[in-house]
Amino acid sequence: MPTDKRTERAVQLSVSILRQGNYLIASIYAALDDDELGRFQRELIRQVSEFRSRGVIIDVAALDVMDSFGSRSLRNLAYMARLLGAVTVIVGIQPDVAFAMVQLGMDLGKVHTALGLEEGLVRLDELTGAGRLSPASGPK
Amino acid sequence: MEPSEDDGPQPTSGQKGEAPTDHEQLLPELVAHLRDNRTQLRQEWANRITDASLLSSMAPHEIFSEATSVYDNYVEVLETGSVEALQHYAQNLSERIIPQGVETHEVVGIVLLLRDVLARSLFEKYHKDFSLLNRILDAYEPAANRIANTVSVSFVQERERVIRQQQDAIRELSTPVLQVRERLLILPIIGVLDTQRARQLTEQLLSGIRAHRAKVVVVDITGVPDVDVSVANHLVQTVDASRLMGAGVIITGLSSEIAQTLVRIGVDLSKMNTVGDLQGGIEEAERLLGFTVRRAVDANRQED
Repeated sequence: MPTDKRTERAVQLSVSILRQGNYLIASIYAALDDDELGRFQRELIRQVSEFRSRGVIIDVAALDVMDSFGSRSLRNLAYMARLLGAVTVIVGIQPDVAFAMVQLGMDLGKVHTALGLEEGLVRLDELTGAGRLSPASGPK
Repeated sequence: MEPSEDDGPQPTSGQKGEAPTDHEQLLPELVAHLRDNRTQLRQEWANRITDASLLSSMAPHEIFSEATSVYDNYVEVLETGSVEALQHYAQNLSERIIPQGVETHEVVGIVLLLRDVLARSLFEKYHKDFSLLNRILDAYEPAANRIANTVSVSFVQERERVIRQQQDAIRELSTPVLQVRERLLILPIIGVLDTQRARQLTEQLLSGIRAHRAKVVVVDITGVPDVDVSVANHLVQTVDASRLMGAGVIITGLSSEIAQTLVRIGVDLSKMNTVGDLQGGIEEAERLLGFTVRRAVDANRQED
């Protein structure tokens, strides 16, 4: 499917997924439309299962808006990764975005969040016992 | 001393159709009269200010010296017709007297008193020639009203400027974000929390989290007596938004009223971390961050 290949590559331009040990670090550089979000979701989940990752960090620091579809997609992504045995931490939510999300009732549910990439990695270490999978637990 | 006696009949003859020249002729006469009687009129004015117990917050000699400046400025405006200098002076005066607690009604009152005192002296001088008196007043009244207007407006503007300045100061002071330990912030909030302040609190809190890389924030609302439902909602939303940014919020010092409001709006208690007082809040925050605080004496004893 050549068409699919080309579009996958287009997503790659606004999203990067890097592998770091047992973790995957996905950075979103530009606002994604609904299609791109769907492809991003599939690609990330594919990699989680392929590399048997223990943790996923999704960095959304470059986003200055987040709609309800976006936040639902991120939440679903985290739940899917959880089913595959990886904990997801979403990092870099901007102050304005955070408050707008709360005001619009958009909820990340029991997904973990952290301020930035560094904090996110520390959080993942805590949650997975530095790479070892810990029992499922939501944020307290 | 009495130039008006000679000038008097002249304007009367050219009364009709010569109003502008009339003014031009009469105003200098007016000004000369006010200059000549400066000492006496000024004293009378100061007396009337004291009688009306205006400017009670100022000392008599202060009143007299300000009265002198106002009087001279007043006469100058009558002479030149330009209120710019007066505006400047009035602004300057307001700056000086507002901190002393001078009220708007007092300022308007003293300017109107001066207007009355001067008008009275004109009556006295020209009462023999009624039509001349009329024309003198025609020249005097618009100028006098403009002066009264200028001074009051300057005063009110200055007051408003001071109020705005103070509002800005309060706004800046009202939500300090203080770092007490690494990754631990404290926001003490004192005073009434209205919608605008609540929004400002949110902004300060969220940007503070990012600036200080905070993991835990203690919001102390001991100084907030009560909040309405929308502000309570806002508070809850702020806590949620902070969590999205990866920081936990501990709220301390809730009053019983606020506690009731929060329960009434059906807040999810699993999301709200509240501790009774600020000390407890900081201790809880330290626990979350993995700090243990011990007295130096106890710590030494354990080592021994």
